[in-house]
Amino acid sequence: MKKGKGMKFVGDSRIVDRPKNTVPKDYSEYPGRTEAFWPNFLLKEWLAGSVFLVGFMILTLAHPSPLEGMADPTTPGYIPLPDWYFLFLYELLKYEFASGPYVILGIIVIPGLAFGSLLLAPFLDKGPGRRPHQRPIAVTMMILSLAAVCWLTYESASHVDWKARAEANKPIPKQDVEIDTSDPGYAVFKDNCMSCHGEDLSGGAAAPSLIGIDKTADEIADIAKNGTGSMPPGVFKGSDKELDQLTKFIVSVNKEAKK
Amino acid sequence: MFQKLYDWIDERIDITPIWRDIADHEVPEHVNPAHHFSAFVYCFGGLTFFVVVIQILSGMFLTMYYVPDIENAWKSVYYLQTQVAHGQIVRGMHHWGASVVIVMLLLHTLRVFFQGAYKKPRELNWIVGVLIFFIMIGLGFTGYLLPWDNKAYFATEVGLNIAGQVPLIGDWLKVLLAGDAQIVGAQTLTRFFAIHVFFLPGALFALLAVHFILIRRQGISGPL
Repeated sequence: MKKGKGMKFVGDSRIVDRPKNTVPKDYSEYPGRTEAFWPNFLLKEWLAGSVFLVGFMILTLAHPSPLEGMADPTTPGYIPLPDWYFLFLYELLKYEFASGPYVILGIIVIPGLAFGSLLLAPFLDKGPGRRPHQRPIAVTMMILSLAAVCWLTYESASHVDWKARAEANKPIPKQDVEIDTSDPGYAVFKDNCMSCHGEDLSGGAAAPSLIGIDKTADEIADIAKNGTGSMPPGVFKGSDKELDQLTKFIVSVNKEAKK
Repeated sequence: MFQKLYDWIDERIDITPIWRDIADHEVPEHVNPAHHFSAFVYCFGGLTFFVVVIQILSGMFLTMYYVPDIENAWKSVYYLQTQVAHGQIVRGMHHWGASVVIVMLLLHTLRVFFQGAYKKPRELNWIVGVLIFFIMIGLGFTGYLLPWDNKAYFATEVGLNIAGQVPLIGDWLKVLLAGDAQIVGAQTLTRFFAIHVFFLPGALFALLAVHFILIRRQGISGPL
């Protein structure tokens, strides 16, 4: 196509006069069995898409999306964790050379170099050869970066106890439950449980809420004595009568909450 | 009847060239998994777009219930998750789609990279593609806050503190995103909502359009 001087226009308009070329390119440069996009290839593509969709829906149905308790800036001791594809950046900032006085290195220089060279890859890797072995530097850099990202993600994720996190942060809507503080069970609760499970039984960083649990009095008594999960055995230090009062109290609060 | 309708429109706006530009082309053998199974690597880009469509549709339905306000955001998500018919599935599609789209995008990028398909004359399309990648990361970051649960809140706080440490523009950047130099709160949520639902999708659609127009213009890269 002519450019600049010598461009031709349609009539006296600004529309460039060019031969009508609506016929698509044929792929004679790659001789072989070409196939029409519409409708032949699109039909097959649609079938592949359906298989993908089935797999995706199975994932969705098997694992309901997580939701934790409502955001509360005063939650003590909450360990923040980003979504999995940010974990490698998060882990990078834990290294000495990428944090504290060198934080610029961790948040600007290293990610900037990595993503900057990804963006400008065609201008850094200018050789004519397309095969991986014809451009060893680009391919090596990419494999090393990928390995680093995988390693950092693994390092970050392997130290997280995902089940315990989900268990400790269950989504329980704030209940306006009247807690009967004159109940003898409340006094027992105050002495044995309140330091972890909170004044209003709604839990804290160290222990889950006791409201909204679906447990019988016997099960609660067993947990109070023998512990469960991260709760050690022997937390409850009272008589059997007090234990009975405690479990009855917790069950009654849960009954109240269900109303 | 359809032929008549088509002819009626075609007579007025000459739709055939547009239609042929979009859909009427030959698919070369080397990208067709029906001929060479290993050509399935060429599906990653299309599947990424497929997941993007899932994200757009499920996101549109989510906004029918979601309220971007610190009092009600979490409650509306909880309500959607527990009370609304199929709400859990739609939210699940959006949640898992956000992860799957990153995976598919990574696979597509690696396919293009290792085949050297970004070399002349396709440099511009590679740059547009990497920009799409950045937009997706931004969508993931802003979308993570919206349910307004503890993990969202504390992760966003960390992310904003990192943004605040950027030299020269850090404080300004943090205020731009969070609406306040210190507080992660009501303003932050509405800003992240606006960025997630209007700004970034707008940029995404524009870049996707350029990406696809360039593909149709340049054709797919040849076999290795």
